[in-house]
Amino acid sequence: MPLVSVKNLTRIFDVSKPWLNRVIERRKKAFLTAVNDVSFEIEERSVYALVGESGSGKSTIGKMLVGLLQPSSGSVEIRGVDLARETDAAKIDGVRADIQMIFQDPFASLNPRWRVRDIIVEPVASRGKDTTGMAEKLLEQVGLSVRDAGKFPHEFSGGQRQRICIARALASEPKLIVCDEPTSALDVSVQAQVLNLMSDLRDEFGLTYLFISHDLTVVQHMADKVGVLYLGMLVEEAAPDELFDDPKHPYTQMLLDAAPKLGDYGRDVPPPVGEIPDPINPPTGCPYHPRCPLVQDVCRRDRPVLRKLRGARVACHMAE
Amino acid sequence: MTDTPLPPDAPIEVKDPSRLRLALDSDFFYTFKRSPVAVVSFSVVSIMVLAAVFAPWIAPHDPFNPGSLNLMNGFSAPMEPNAFTGDIFWLGTDDQGRDVFSTILYGMRISLFVGAAAVAFAMVLGVTLGLLAGYVGGWTETIIMRIADVQLTFPAILVAMLIFGVAKGITPVEYRDQMAIWVLILAIGLSDWVQFARVVRGATLVEKNKEYVQAARLIGRTSPAIMLRHILPNVLSPVLVIATISLALAIIAEATLSFLGVGAPPTQPSLGTLIRIGQGFLFSGEWWILLFPAVTLLTLALSVNLLGDWLRDALNPRLR
Amino acid sequence: MTGPILSIRNLTVEIPTRHGILRPVDGISYDIGRGEILGIVGESGAGKSMAGNAVIDLLSPPAHIAGGEIWVNGTRIDQLKGDAMRRLRGKEIGMVFQDPLTSLNPLLRIGDQLTETILAHLPLSRAQAKDRAIKALDEVGIPGATERINSYPHEFSGGMRQRVVIALALCAEPSLIIADEPTTALDVSVQAQIIALLKALCRNRGTAVMLITHDMGVIAEAADRVAVMYAGKLAELGAVRDVLGAPRHPYTDGLMGSTPLASRGKARLHQIPGAMPALDNLPQGCAFHPRCPYAQSICKTQMPTLADGDGAACFFPLPHTAEVA
Ligand SMILES: Nc1ncnc2c1ncn2[C@@H]1O[C@H](COP(=O)(O)OP(=O)(O)OP(=O)(O)O)[C@@H](O)[C@H]1O
Ligand SMILES: Nc1ncnc2c1ncn2[C@@H]1O[C@H](COP(=O)(O)OP(=O)(O)OP(=O)(O)O)[C@@H](O)[C@H]1O
Ligand SMILES: [Mg+2]
Ligand SMILES: [Mg+2]
Repeated sequence: MPLVSVKNLTRIFDVSKPWLNRVIERRKKAFLTAVNDVSFEIEERSVYALVGESGSGKSTIGKMLVGLLQPSSGSVEIRGVDLARETDAAKIDGVRADIQMIFQDPFASLNPRWRVRDIIVEPVASRGKDTTGMAEKLLEQVGLSVRDAGKFPHEFSGGQRQRICIARALASEPKLIVCDEPTSALDVSVQAQVLNLMSDLRDEFGLTYLFISHDLTVVQHMADKVGVLYLGMLVEEAAPDELFDDPKHPYTQMLLDAAPKLGDYGRDVPPPVGEIPDPINPPTGCPYHPRCPLVQDVCRRDRPVLRKLRGARVACHMAE
Repeated sequence: MTDTPLPPDAPIEVKDPSRLRLALDSDFFYTFKRSPVAVVSFSVVSIMVLAAVFAPWIAPHDPFNPGSLNLMNGFSAPMEPNAFTGDIFWLGTDDQGRDVFSTILYGMRISLFVGAAAVAFAMVLGVTLGLLAGYVGGWTETIIMRIADVQLTFPAILVAMLIFGVAKGITPVEYRDQMAIWVLILAIGLSDWVQFARVVRGATLVEKNKEYVQAARLIGRTSPAIMLRHILPNVLSPVLVIATISLALAIIAEATLSFLGVGAPPTQPSLGTLIRIGQGFLFSGEWWILLFPAVTLLTLALSVNLLGDWLRDALNPRLR
Repeated sequence: MTGPILSIRNLTVEIPTRHGILRPVDGISYDIGRGEILGIVGESGAGKSMAGNAVIDLLSPPAHIAGGEIWVNGTRIDQLKGDAMRRLRGKEIGMVFQDPLTSLNPLLRIGDQLTETILAHLPLSRAQAKDRAIKALDEVGIPGATERINSYPHEFSGGMRQRVVIALALCAEPSLIIADEPTTALDVSVQAQIIALLKALCRNRGTAVMLITHDMGVIAEAADRVAVMYAGKLAELGAVRDVLGAPRHPYTDGLMGSTPLASRGKARLHQIPGAMPALDNLPQGCAFHPRCPYAQSICKTQMPTLADGDGAACFFPLPHTAEVA
C-alpha cells in the first residue's frame, strides 16, 4: 500500500471581489481552480517530486497533503486515513505526527522571538511530552552545534536556518515530509549541503518526501518519481530518467529546453512562446494548447486524461 | 557533513545568554545610549515617575491632612518667607496654605496613575480585539473593525466625556468621588483602544501568513496558543510605541477632563485639577498656583512624547 | 568608440557600523566592452548588488564609495554628485532590478513613464518621445505596443512587467545596462525569454551589460565574460568558457561541483563545507581559506591578488599538479 494516495484532488479558491463591488460593477463571482483533478501515489521511502512553474498549484497540493488546506473535492489518504474526513481524533493525531513540512523561506519559517531549542521541540512539546536534550541531539543530526540551541534565529544564515527547520521537522519522528521548495532561497553551495543532508536523513530514518520545486536539475537529482504540473493539472508523471531522456508532453519538453544549461555557452535557442494563461479563465480543452506546437482541433475541445505511455503517464492527445 | 566543529561527546553544560544580556548588547540599547533626546527624556520621565511613586516620602508637607495645614500660610510666594509664619515654601502655597510642590507631587501621582492605567486598559482591550480581528477574520473582523471605524469619527475627548457622563449618572452620589478616578480610567481607556486594535490587526495579518505560523498550525497548535505564543510577541514593537505616545495623550486627556471639572475631584486633585484651581488666581497675582502645575504637566507630556517618537524611529528598521 | 564602456578600478565600498568598518566591496577591478555581457556571480551577500549600485550612485547611506575609480565612456563618474549623476543615470546607464514592480510607478500609465524618461534625457518633442516609447516597447517584445502604452503596470504579468522595465532602461539609449538579478523572480520559460531579449539588445545596439545573478546556468548561457565574487573581492575573472569550463579558483570549482547536473545523476553532490564568512568576521589572509581543500599556510596570512586582467586570486590555482594537491 502506498504511504500517500491522492485521488481526484481539486481545490477551488473563491477570488471574487467583495459583494458590494460585485453588485456595483455587475460582475459574477470569480473562481480559481488551483488544483484540478490530480491523482498520484507516493510509495513509502521514496521521493516524489512535483515540478511546475509559478502558480501551477504545487504549494496548494502540498498544503492539502499536510492538512493546512481543505480539498474542495477528491481526497488525500495517508496510510488509509483521510485527514479531511476522518472523525476519530486519535487517528487524526497519529497521522498528524507522521507528517511534517519544510517551507521555502528560511527567514519566515522560524519565529524570531523564540530560541532555537524551543522552536525545534515545539512539535513534541505541544503534545506534552518530555523534550530534555532533544533539541541538542537533533541539532547535531542536522550538522549544527549543540551551543546553537540557545540562540535566536536571526543569528543564523539561510542555510543554517533551513537546517533548523529540518531539525524541527524531524522532532516528531515523522514518516512523510513535504518540502516546499526547500532550497530555492539558498545559494548553490548551500543548496548542495542541504540536499545532501536531506538524502542522508532519508536513508537514516527511512523518510518519504514530497519534494516541491521549480528547478528541474534539483528534481532530477532528488526524485524517484516526478509529476509535472501545469495550471493545476498533472500533465506528465514518470521516473526522472524517463522524463528527462524522453519527455512526452510538449510542456515538459518546453521546460527542459528553457532551463539554462551549464555546458552550453552562449546557447542561442528560440525562447519559448507565450505565457501561462490567466488561471481564472483557463483555456478550454488542454490547458497547454495555446502555446503548444502540436496543437490540433481535439486539443482545443477535449481535456486529455492521463494515460500510460512507455513507462510514463501523460495527459496529451498528441503524445506518442 | 558538518560545518561547525562538534563538541566532544561528554555532556557539556550549555549556558544560554540571558535575555537581559542580549538586551544590553542589542542595537536597540546601543542607539538609545547614543541619542541625547532619548536619554534625557527617559531620565526626566523616570525621575518624575519615581517622584510620583514616592511622593508620601518626598513631599515636605501632606497637603491632604487638614491637621497639618495652616490657613495663615495661604498665598505664600515661592522662596519667600511667609508674612505671618515666616515659613518658606519652594514653590509657594495656595489659598488654603497647601504647599504647591507637595500638591504637584501628589497630583502627578494621580495623573500618572490614571494615564498608565487607562493606557494599560486600552492596550489589553485593543491588542486582544486586534489579534482576534486579524487572526480569525470573517465576521469577527468586520464587526470589530466597523465599531473601531465608527468610534474613530468622534474625537477621543468627546467619547471620554460621554462615557464619563454616563458612568457618573449611574453611580450613586455617595460613591461618586471615590469612583471618579476609576471612571476616568475607563473613559480614557475606552476612547483609546482603537489605534491599538488597528495596528495589531495589521501586524497580525502580516504575521499570520508567515510560514512559522503555518508550521505551528501544522503540528496541531490551537488558535489561542498560536495567537498568544507566536503572533503576540511579534506584534508587540508597534504596540510599545503606541502605548508610549498614548500615555502622553492620556495624561493630557485626563488633565483636560479634570480642567473642565469632569475629572479628578478636588479631594484627589490631579495636575489638571490643580491647573483648574490655579487659573482662578492668575489675575489676582498668585501666578505660581497655576504656573508650576502647568509646567510640570507640559514637561511630563513632552518627555513621554519625545520618548515615544524616538522609540518609533528606533524600532522601525527601515529608518535605521 | 574604442576602449571599454565601463571600467572599474580598485572600487571599494565601506559601511561604518558600531562593530567597525565593513567592506562589502573591496578593491575590485574590471572592464566591460561594447556589446559585451559581463556576468557577476557569487553567493548571497558577496557584494554583487553593492558593486552594481556603487556604479550608479544608488548606495544607501551609510554605505559609500571609499576608494577607487569608475569610468564610463572615458569619463570618471565616481565623484559626480546630485544633478550631474542623475543626468548620467538613465542617459548613459540603465538599470533593471529583480522586482519589476519596484521600478515602475503603479499610478502612471507605462507610456507616460517611458515618455517622461525619454524627455528627461533626449532633446525630443512629446510626440517624438511617444513614438520612441512605442518603438521601445515593440523592441522588448510587447505585442500591440500602440495600445498597451495606455496600460498601468498592474495590468501586465510579471514577465511583461520586466520587459517594460527593460524598455524603460533602454529608452534613452544608454551605453550600459546594469541588470541586478533580472530573472530571479520569473519562471524558467519567461527567464529564457528575457535572457534572449537582453542578448539580442546587446548584440544589435552594442550596449554593454552587467548581469548580476547567482545562477551559473544563466551566466553560462548569456554572458561573454564572468566575474566571480566572494566576500567582497573578485575571486576569478575571465571568459565564461574558461572560468566555468576549467575553473582556476577553488571556490569557482566548488560552486561548479555543487550544482546538480543531469550528467552527474544521483551521485552525492560535491559540497563546499561551511558558509561565506560574515563581513565583520572575515578571516586573515584569503577569505576562502577556511573552506578551501587546498589551503596552505600562506593562504592563512596573505591575501592573494588578482593579476591585472583575467585569472584567479589564488596562490595555488587549479589545475594542480600532483605534488601541490
Ligand atoms: N489562498 C488563496 N486564495 C486565492 N488564490 C490562491 C490562494 N492560494 C493560492 N492561490 C492561487 O492558486 C494558484 C496556485 O498557487 P500555488 O501557490 O499552489 O502555486 P505554486 O505552484 O506553489 O507556485 P509558486 O512556484 O509561485 O510557489 C495560483 O494561481 C494562486 O494565485
Ligand atoms: N546597512 C548595512 N549594514 C551592514 N551591512 C550591510 C548593510 N547593507 C548591506 N550590508 C552587507 O553588505 C554585503 C553585500 O550585500 P549585497 O546586497 O551587495 O550582496 P549581494 O551579493 O547582492 O547578495 P544577494 O545575492 O543576496 O543580492 C552583505 O553581506 C550585507 O550583509
Ligand atoms: Mg509555492
Ligand atoms: Mg543583490
